[in-house]
Amino acid sequence: MTASVTELTITAEDRRVAWLATAAVALSLVDAAIPSPLPGVKPGLANIVTLVVLIRYGWATAVWVSGLRVLAGSLLLGYFLAPGFFLALIGTTFSLLTLGLARHLPGRWFGPVSLSILAAFAHIGGQLLLARLWLIPHNGVFLLTPVFAAAALVFGTINGLIAARLLAEIPAAEPAS
Amino acid sequence: MRWLAYLRPGDWLVIAAGAVVVALTLPLLWQGGFAERAIIRQDGRIFAEIDLASRREVAVPGPLGATLVAIEPGRARVVADPGPRQYCVRQGWLARPGEIAICAPNHVSVQISGRVRAYDSLSY
Repeated sequence: MTASVTELTITAEDRRVAWLATAAVALSLVDAAIPSPLPGVKPGLANIVTLVVLIRYGWATAVWVSGLRVLAGSLLLGYFLAPGFFLALIGTTFSLLTLGLARHLPGRWFGPVSLSILAAFAHIGGQLLLARLWLIPHNGVFLLTPVFAAAALVFGTINGLIAARLLAEIPAAEPAS
Repeated sequence: MRWLAYLRPGDWLVIAAGAVVVALTLPLLWQGGFAERAIIRQDGRIFAEIDLASRREVAVPGPLGATLVAIEPGRARVVADPGPRQYCVRQGWLARPGEIAICAPNHVSVQISGRVRAYDSLSY
């Protein structure tokens, strides 16, 4: 085999991000397959991966994994650069920023469930904001806020519990892949 | 419960705060109140104001003929209209306060109103 001219050194960190992003994308696909009564109300299972990564490997890795997940997930599901892509992007951005702040909360008191709920509310808040400003410039968008908020609370709690359990069961020394 | 072991004290606080946020947004679902009355107008004047409690049909005479309005508990609609394009008929059931079906050719409109009057438009 001819040696490549450009040499890309792949670090262990790169491999880890790739594996975790793959897991997140797989969960995105599962998410998309679950029928939803209302567009926008879905479990957001991929956020479990984001939470685990955030707590295990830090915020920067979580940003990488989430960003790759949104990109690859949208390509696989065929909504890349469609309105849904930007909604996913803004939701992820808002929840990552929230997680960046919330992870400094005292860990003794606030666990993955807190992080998950806060991120879920930020996610839906960002999406409603973008929808109001860009997609449907009418206050009618906010009529369904209670439904979205309730979904954020319920799914945020469930995802947080799953993440907490994964963190407890996967020993810290072993990469989560 | 095994799962409860994963909740830390602050998590309960966040769940409670989340529940409060949900409760605070709940009134948005009932913005404008419930549908209580149907106001039928003919030539801009109120032809009838009907409580949305009973089941009945009302024929409203207009320049083209009679527009037939059906009233049911909690909703109303235009069943038949002599107008050419049938927009108000195709609008179907009206169930939220502020909703309106206008049969312009026959000068008839059906509007739903709640207990509190929602503003249709404001100018200042």
